[in-house]
Amino acid sequence: MRAASLRPLLRPALPVAIILLVALAAPLLPLADPVKQDVARRLAEPMAGAWLGRDEFGRDVLSRLVWGARTSLTVAFAASLAAGLIGVALGLLGGWTRHLGAALSVRCVEIIMCFPPVLLALLVVTLLGPGAATLILVLAVLYVPGFARITQAEVRSVRERDFVEAARAMGCTTARILLRTVLPNIAGPILVQFSLAVAAAVVLESGLSFLGLGVVPPAPSWGLMIRGARATMEQAPLLLVWPCLVLTFTILAMNRLCDRLRDAVDPRTASR
Amino acid sequence: MSSAWLIRRLLVVLFLAWVVATVVFLALHVVPGDPAELLLSSGGATPDPALVEELRSRLGLDQPLLVQYGAFLVSLFHGDLGTSLIDDYPVVQEIALRLPRTLELVAAGAFLAVMAGVPAGVYAALHRGGRFDRAAASITALLLAVPVFVVGTLLVLLLAQVLRLMPAGGYVPFSQDPLRHLMLLALPAIAIAKGLAAMLFRSTRAAMLDALANDYVRTALAKGLSPLRVIVVHVLRNALNPVITVLGLQMGTLLGGTVLVEYVFNWPGLSTPLLRAVEGRDYPTVVGIVLTISVLFLLINLAVDLLQAALDPRIRA
Repeated sequence: MRAASLRPLLRPALPVAIILLVALAAPLLPLADPVKQDVARRLAEPMAGAWLGRDEFGRDVLSRLVWGARTSLTVAFAASLAAGLIGVALGLLGGWTRHLGAALSVRCVEIIMCFPPVLLALLVVTLLGPGAATLILVLAVLYVPGFARITQAEVRSVRERDFVEAARAMGCTTARILLRTVLPNIAGPILVQFSLAVAAAVVLESGLSFLGLGVVPPAPSWGLMIRGARATMEQAPLLLVWPCLVLTFTILAMNRLCDRLRDAVDPRTASR
Repeated sequence: MSSAWLIRRLLVVLFLAWVVATVVFLALHVVPGDPAELLLSSGGATPDPALVEELRSRLGLDQPLLVQYGAFLVSLFHGDLGTSLIDDYPVVQEIALRLPRTLELVAAGAFLAVMAGVPAGVYAALHRGGRFDRAAASITALLLAVPVFVVGTLLVLLLAQVLRLMPAGGYVPFSQDPLRHLMLLALPAIAIAKGLAAMLFRSTRAAMLDALANDYVRTALAKGLSPLRVIVVHVLRNALNPVITVLGLQMGTLLGGTVLVEYVFNWPGLSTPLLRAVEGRDYPTVVGIVLTISVLFLLINLAVDLLQAALDPRIRA
C-alpha cells in the first residue's frame, strides 16, 4: 500500500474515527453518570441535562449511549487483537514450515468454523457465565481461524519470492525473516481481516447483550439498552430507536471502511 | 452423479459431526476448575459441596475422562442427549418438539432471501449503473449493517405498536389456523432473510457480470437466440454456482440469527429452551441444542454441495 492508495480511505475512516474518539473521550465529556439511577424521573422526556431523556431506571440515555460505545469497542478490539495475535502466529508457522504439525494446527482451529458463531458463544457462556471477560474470550476464539487461514495462505504465496530468498541468503534467522520480511508484506490482508473481525465482534457483542448473556447490567451496552427499552416500547418508543440507530450507524461506518480497505489492499476487487 | 463422490462427501460430513461432538464434549473439561462447581457457581459464591457432588455423579464427571467420552458417544449414537438439569425432561424430546418450528423459520427466511436477492441481483447486473443498481447498492449496505435483532425489534415497534397492522409475535399451529400461522411467520422470516437477501444480491450481481462478459454470451446472441433465453440458459446457469456457495457459507449466520429472531418474536423454536438453559447453566440441554443445530449446519452444507454438483458436472470429478 502506497500513500496514494490511502487517500480513498480518508472519507470512510472519518466516521469511524469520530466514534472511536467519542468512546475514548467518554470520561472527559460533560456527561451524567451512566449507571446512576433516578427512579423518580424514569422515562423522563428529553430536557436540558439529559438531552435524550432517561431510561426505565431514570438513567441518562445520552450518557449510556456514549459509554455503551466504549464497552462495545473495548470488547471488540480486545477480542480482535487477541484473535489476531494467536491467528497470525499460527498462520505464520503453518504457512512457513513444511512441518505437518504446524499445518495441522491451522486445520484444527478451523474446526471452530463448523459451528454457527452464536451457538458456540452460548456454549461458552453456559460454562463461564456472562460478562465482558467471557465475551472477549469467546469472540477471540471465534476469529482465530480467520486470521490463521488468511495468514497461512498469504505466507505461502510470498514464501518463494525473491526478496524472501534474498533475506535467507543474507543469513537472517527464520524469526527475523518472518517478522521483518514476510509480515510487512502480508500486513494488508491481515489488516482487512482485523477490520472485519472488529465489525463482526460489535454485532455479536450487541446480540449477546441483547439476549441478556453478554455484558452484565448495570454496565452500559447498546444491546442491553435495546433489551431494556423493549419492555417500555409503548410508553417510550424513542428509547428503543436511539440505541438501534447508533448501533446500525456504527456497523455501517465500519463495514464501509472494511470495504474500502479491502479495495486499497487488493485493487482487483475495486473495479465493481 | 458418481457414487464414489457422494460417499466421500457423506464420510466427510460424518467425520465433521464426530469432530463437533468431541469439541462439545471436551469444552466442559478444558475450562479451568472443577466443571460441576463451575456450573453451580454464580456471582462468586461457593456452591454447596453436597450439590456439587450430586451433579458430578449425575453428569458422570467422577469417572475417568475416556469412560465419560465413550459413554457420551454411545448415548449420542442411541439418540440420547440426557435430561435437563432444570426439570429432568429428556433433551431429545424437547428438541423433537421444537426443531420443526425452527426449521420452518429457517426455510421461510432462506426462501424469502432467495426470492428477493437473486432476481434483484440479475436485474441490477443487466442494468448496471442504472437507478435501480445504485439504489440497491445503498440498500444492501444498510441491510448488512442492521443487526438481525434490531430489524426484528424495529419491525415489532413499527408494525405492531405504531401501525397496529400485525401481532407483535407468538405462534399458532398451522393445523389450527393456517392464515394466522403464516401471518405470525411473516415478520420473523423477513427479519431473518434481510442479511442473506443482501448477500445473495451482491453475489448474484457480481456472478452475472462475470458470466455476461464471456464470449459464449456474444456467440449465443450473435447466432440469433432471444436475449431472454441467453440470460436464463447461458448466463444465469453459470452465474448460479458462486451464488449457491454464498448461500451455504451464510447458513451459519442464518442459524445463529434464528436464536435472536425467535426470542424477539416469541417464536417457540429451539431458542426458548436454549436461552433458558444458558441462563440456568443447564449443560445437557445446551449441548443437545448446540449439537443439533451444528449438525444441521453440516447437513445444509452437504445439501448445498449436492445442489452444486447437480448443476455443474465439473464439480463431480
